Amino acid sequence: MTAAAEGSPPLTADGIRRRPPLLQSESFQGLALISPTLLYALILLLLPILVVFAHSFWTQNYLTIDHTFTLQNYRTALTEPIYLDLLWRSLFVSLLVSLFTVVLAYPIAYFISFHGGSHKGLWLFLITIPFWTSYLLRVMSWKVILGYNGVLNSGLMGLGLISEPSTALLYNTSAVIITLTHAWAAFAILPIFVSLEKVDRTLIEAAKDLGDGPLRSFLRVTLPLSAPGVISALLIVMIPTVGDYVTPKLVGGKDGVMIANAIQAQFGKASNWPLGAALSVTTMVVVSLMAGGAVFLIRAAARLAR
Amino acid sequence: MTTLRRLLPSGNSWLTAYAFLYIGFLYLPVVFLPIFSINTSASPKFPLAGTTLQWYRDLPKTPALIDAAWNSLIVGVSAAVLSTTLGILAARAITRYRFPGRRPIHGLIMAPLVLPEVIVAISMLLVMLQLGLSLSLFTVVLGHVLICIPYSMSVLTSGFEGFDRSLEEASADLGETAFGTFRRVTLPMVTPAIISSLLVSFTISLDDFIIAFFLTGTEATLPIYIWGQLRFAAKLPGVLALGTLLLIGSFVLLSIAEILRRRAARRTQSEGPLHA
Repeated sequence: MTAAAEGSPPLTADGIRRRPPLLQSESFQGLALISPTLLYALILLLLPILVVFAHSFWTQNYLTIDHTFTLQNYRTALTEPIYLDLLWRSLFVSLLVSLFTVVLAYPIAYFISFHGGSHKGLWLFLITIPFWTSYLLRVMSWKVILGYNGVLNSGLMGLGLISEPSTALLYNTSAVIITLTHAWAAFAILPIFVSLEKVDRTLIEAAKDLGDGPLRSFLRVTLPLSAPGVISALLIVMIPTVGDYVTPKLVGGKDGVMIANAIQAQFGKASNWPLGAALSVTTMVVVSLMAGGAVFLIRAAARLAR
Repeated sequence: MTTLRRLLPSGNSWLTAYAFLYIGFLYLPVVFLPIFSINTSASPKFPLAGTTLQWYRDLPKTPALIDAAWNSLIVGVSAAVLSTTLGILAARAITRYRFPGRRPIHGLIMAPLVLPEVIVAISMLLVMLQLGLSLSLFTVVLGHVLICIPYSMSVLTSGFEGFDRSLEEASADLGETAFGTFRRVTLPMVTPAIISSLLVSFTISLDDFIIAFFLTGTEATLPIYIWGQLRFAAKLPGVLALGTLLLIGSFVLLSIAEILRRRAARRTQSEGPLHA
């Protein structure tokens, strides 16, 4: 019996786990099982990020990297007006996009969770479908919609609302914000939905029985309890959008360029890896600070609401 | 209570209207791809100049496109198989075992999901160039596996969770080795989740532009081919036709993935209580 039960830690008759030898211990087996994936992530994610971090303190002369420690790249990244502009714009765009996506997504997540009935799965599937089409094609589609001869302009002209096509729709920051708000919608809906599903319905009943109206019970019970979902939605949208490359390039025009385009240029045409690395690190640090601030505010608001 | 009941439907109908509006917004850009892909005129505006299937007929006659499609297929299949294999190991470890560092390890593996793709891509590019790897479809596969693993993991953990452990214990008690138990008890239960993970990661690899853009050498994948075409206004209808085909392909693959994932969830959950 004990010899047969090699796969799992053997149990004694009264159900108490005996301390198994190291090779059969749960910790060892778990670590062994996850080690290939962990190793992959270490070599292709953690190591590369450390290498970028190291590069940001070095300098480049044509093709050779000078390994002397310097803060020059950070000085450039934080004082050159062009990079500061791009950084601010990227932060501004990612803040607005994450706010819009969360605010627009919350009612949908609420609707599915509270009124979805037996069709919850179908609703979620319907919402995720558009996001599985190529990102590139979706951005291009927005270009078709917002363009000078685009769908929106020709539609508005057809309705007689405007007499000539508006140029205000495409190639600016708002086009970038609209496109990104659309692109990240599903990533905001799913975490909010999950946290709303976890809200104990009896608490809402209790609030109502104790005299809270629907709005009050929503503000004091449902909303604060779903704060974790709102936080993860905000983070999952805010951090990646700050470094978006395709959208500013395709619909941003001159005014919509963001930091990722500058980072790409340093690794491409401009060929200044250390500066590109410093820009990447700066962007990550600043967006993390902004995200941390947002999380702090939401937590504080949720506490106050209760 | 009764007044509340009467209030609810009105709130409900506002919400329902909003839900449909929002779905409309989500599908808006997707709808225009097929519409303008059958337009006779190259400039996408209403009303359509006429309908034609010419753009679709031209697609197979473009050698660069065929090459890109083959490259995407090779990269997608390799990335799907590798990321699902790594995903199975990790998802199994996370759902079945407790071990030190479980949370940070899980966090690291899922991290590509919340990092800007450009930064992930240039970091990998730096390391690959320094290791002396020449950029090719192989480096693209390496990159795609990294960004596919988090998605594989979420599909697989949802398939592995709720899996009744007593079935495995029973198998072990009946004399199976750990591997035998996995092959003959665990694997059949989780096959739908595995296929679903394969399809999802294939789709991600097929759609990914950024990683491929940075990590490929001279060979183009489909999104890179499309990126090149976007510069020419006259090529737009061809791109739209290609995009429509990709859209249909993704939709079919993901519908299958979703059906399988649900079947997996039902299988592991409905059989659980029987043995509890």
